[in-house]
Amino acid sequence: MSSIAQKTGGMAKEAEPGDDKPFQFHVFETEHDEEEHGHDTGTMLGFWIYLMSDCLIFGILFAVHAVLGQNYAAGPSPADLFEIEMILVSTFMLLFSSITYGFAVLAMQKDDRKGLVRWLIVTGIFGLAFLGLEIYEFSHLWHLGATPMASAFLSSFYFLVGTHGLHVTAGCIWLVVLLTQVGMHGLTHENRRRIMCLSLFWHFLDLIWIGVFSFVYLTGVLL
Amino acid sequence: MATADTVHGTAGALVTDPIFGRLTWDVLPFHEPVILAAFVGTVLLGGAVVGALTYFRLWGYLWSNWFISIDHKKIGIMYMVLGLIMFVRGFADAIMMRSQQALASMGYEGYLNAHHYDQVFTAHGVIMIFFAAMPFVTGFMNYVMPLQIGARDVAFPFLNNFSFWLTASGAVLIMVSLFVGEFATTGWLAYPPLSGPEYSIGVGMDYYLWALNIAGIGTTLSGINLLVTLVKMRAPGMGWMKMPIFCWTTLCTNVLIVASFPVLTATLALLTADRYIGTNFFSNDLGGNPMMYVNLIWIWGHPEVYILILPIFGIFSEVVCTFSSKRLFGYTSMVYATCVIMVLSYIVWLHHFFTMGAGSNVNAFFGTTTMIISIPTGAKLFNWLFTMYKGRIRYEPPMLWTVGFMITFVIGGMTGVLLAVPPADYVLHNSLFLIAHFHNVIIGGVVFGVFAGIGYWFPKAFGFKLDPFWGKVSFWFWIVGFYLAFMPLYVLGLMGVTRRLSQFEDTAYAVYFVTAAIGAVCIAIGIAAFFMQLYVSIRDRNTPRLRDFSGDPWNGRTLEWSTSSPPPYYNFAFTPQVHDIDAYEHMKRNDYKRPLEGFVPIHMPRYTASGIIISGFMTVMGFALVWHIWWLAALGFLASVGLGIAHTFNYDRDYYVPADEVGEIEAARTRQLVEQA
Repeated sequence: MSSIAQKTGGMAKEAEPGDDKPFQFHVFETEHDEEEHGHDTGTMLGFWIYLMSDCLIFGILFAVHAVLGQNYAAGPSPADLFEIEMILVSTFMLLFSSITYGFAVLAMQKDDRKGLVRWLIVTGIFGLAFLGLEIYEFSHLWHLGATPMASAFLSSFYFLVGTHGLHVTAGCIWLVVLLTQVGMHGLTHENRRRIMCLSLFWHFLDLIWIGVFSFVYLTGVLL
Repeated sequence: MATADTVHGTAGALVTDPIFGRLTWDVLPFHEPVILAAFVGTVLLGGAVVGALTYFRLWGYLWSNWFISIDHKKIGIMYMVLGLIMFVRGFADAIMMRSQQALASMGYEGYLNAHHYDQVFTAHGVIMIFFAAMPFVTGFMNYVMPLQIGARDVAFPFLNNFSFWLTASGAVLIMVSLFVGEFATTGWLAYPPLSGPEYSIGVGMDYYLWALNIAGIGTTLSGINLLVTLVKMRAPGMGWMKMPIFCWTTLCTNVLIVASFPVLTATLALLTADRYIGTNFFSNDLGGNPMMYVNLIWIWGHPEVYILILPIFGIFSEVVCTFSSKRLFGYTSMVYATCVIMVLSYIVWLHHFFTMGAGSNVNAFFGTTTMIISIPTGAKLFNWLFTMYKGRIRYEPPMLWTVGFMITFVIGGMTGVLLAVPPADYVLHNSLFLIAHFHNVIIGGVVFGVFAGIGYWFPKAFGFKLDPFWGKVSFWFWIVGFYLAFMPLYVLGLMGVTRRLSQFEDTAYAVYFVTAAIGAVCIAIGIAAFFMQLYVSIRDRNTPRLRDFSGDPWNGRTLEWSTSSPPPYYNFAFTPQVHDIDAYEHMKRNDYKRPLEGFVPIHMPRYTASGIIISGFMTVMGFALVWHIWWLAALGFLASVGLGIAHTFNYDRDYYVPADEVGEIEAARTRQLVEQA
């Protein structure tokens, strides 16, 4: 009787043992199993999904820039404002910081704590250099009267670039926190996981910046 | 009529004081008798609740057993309580509108001036969607889904608690706006330029923005959490196509949440910038584009309505097969229908503004995609009907709600297809026909589903059933009240009455508006009957009529019924091994025996107060930003970030429940089962 009901279910067919063999309804786990089935993979997946939701925020800001990016309202245009050489320098700051973060992760995988800390500090310095250049750029533009209030183009420019900058700031603060935690607890399981999460975050910001550089600055200057 | 300053909504000073911002004594509603009465009532009621909690020394218990709990079941229940409180608030707004319109249609002025009426309909929409329906839906997903997949908690238990408190934080800000200052007067989606700095000078819009942004972040985090839980923590043997259908709808809903709430966050952030900094995203001059807001908000807004209805479809699917004592008809097609709705919900948003000039080809595209959605939804309805066909149907209240839903929702769906035809929409848009349509699907769908779900899973959460008599009273008043309240609105809409009106020239509409008001009173009785049902059930909880020791009062089919009611905090002493879609039904059919020995330590997360404290500071930050109290806003922000960082320094987050403790809890349950037998 039970086998008929099961076969109509379709999906359950392969799970059905022979008539003599009873079903196992529980996993009789041991402590060892529990440790192996930790939530680590869950954390990485969750962080990925978070990054994708963040990516959507940037997606909206890019879309907004696509709509508003040429509404200069008789104000300055990208060609008037952007100093592309400086932006190129700051782009390389961020690109280098991604490479050095990669070195930090390589050091972590070799259990080289000192190397990890050294590369993380270098990453942080590149990140701060990027932020410094961005603050300089913003204050320079502001000084010229190109404020976010001046036109819709400038509103969306400041918001897109500024949101990225805030993310880099958050990344730098996170970096400091992680350095402290690695100093306190060493390369524990949790800390490794956190370093990998920040790694994803950092490379993600790099990727977003590639978009900002090509879409906002380069096309802005060229068009 | 209203005085000049209330018409323009300038509650609070426009000069910003360095210490108090725009906050002055004038912001308290002493000049508005209606709000003052609500204020006094709330203070008295709130005082009574706080007094009772203090008198019975319950604060410590609430704090350490509920507020800081990271148990998904307790968080689920807290979501439901929050939803219920806000639902009553939102309903108070509804009955004010119905009575004002009934009075106005008979030629009286009514008791709500235009400015106040605008706040009432805005608050009603915002509260019902964000702070009643969303908490209900999230509460069900939180409580039921981990039990159905045989997990012990969600993937990120702390984050779950934090998400809840962020949602509660938004609700607190909305409630504060009732008494300190005012609420937005823009309608629930706050289109600029009306919601921009020029036309909404008061703090109402700012309450709206900060409440929704804080709550929206909570919803996004909860979506990520539940998604990872579903992907990573299903019991062994539970492949994708063996998940209970409620889990499938939860999965699709959370995909929608993480793929749409960031859009809301970004859009509201841009509007916030327009209001606080003076940027030009949605302004009329300097290159701004108000239509962009309308597009962006509906790119979030349309998936949002499916976020609300999909889990409810899941609830109905569970209810219909349990109470028909049959396997769900067409499980696979149900899964695909859910996924198709999930995808289609992203390509229909423009149907909310056919009349705004996108052109006939664009309108035709979005009209067509909208109509296509009715195909998978129709497939679902046939699945439910065929599940009932030749089933042994038990008409317990959850099943009554389900049948009521099937009839009501079909009517709402058909008027929806009608509205999806762009030429028809040109006539009907912004009319009461539209109002009748979406209440038809939201009340007939979401609200009925919430009551079905409460009736269905209440015995699981508390160990006793809800009194069926008062449940039936509630159901009949609700369904009769619904038809009385909203069918006249269809007629009025066809006659050309637009939405959001507080005054009428013509008394010919009176009969319809008075009928609608009578309907609202019936619904009020239905809500009262629901609370009566709770009261009677709690009073009689130890009678054999309601008490359930078995953990399986309905002869359920999915895993949540295999554990005790209420479930132990670790849910399952042993992780279940799944062989079939209806896993527990399969277990019962194959002589399943509860394991009585061989318990092992269980890995569980620790409670933490970080979530509620950080959210508390974010509430303070939101309030300070509304009133331009910059120092307090900075303080609230720094405190929440600082505490968030401090939380990461806590490495001691989990522990093992000793095997002996598990053994004791399970032995107690064994004794209970023996006694009952």
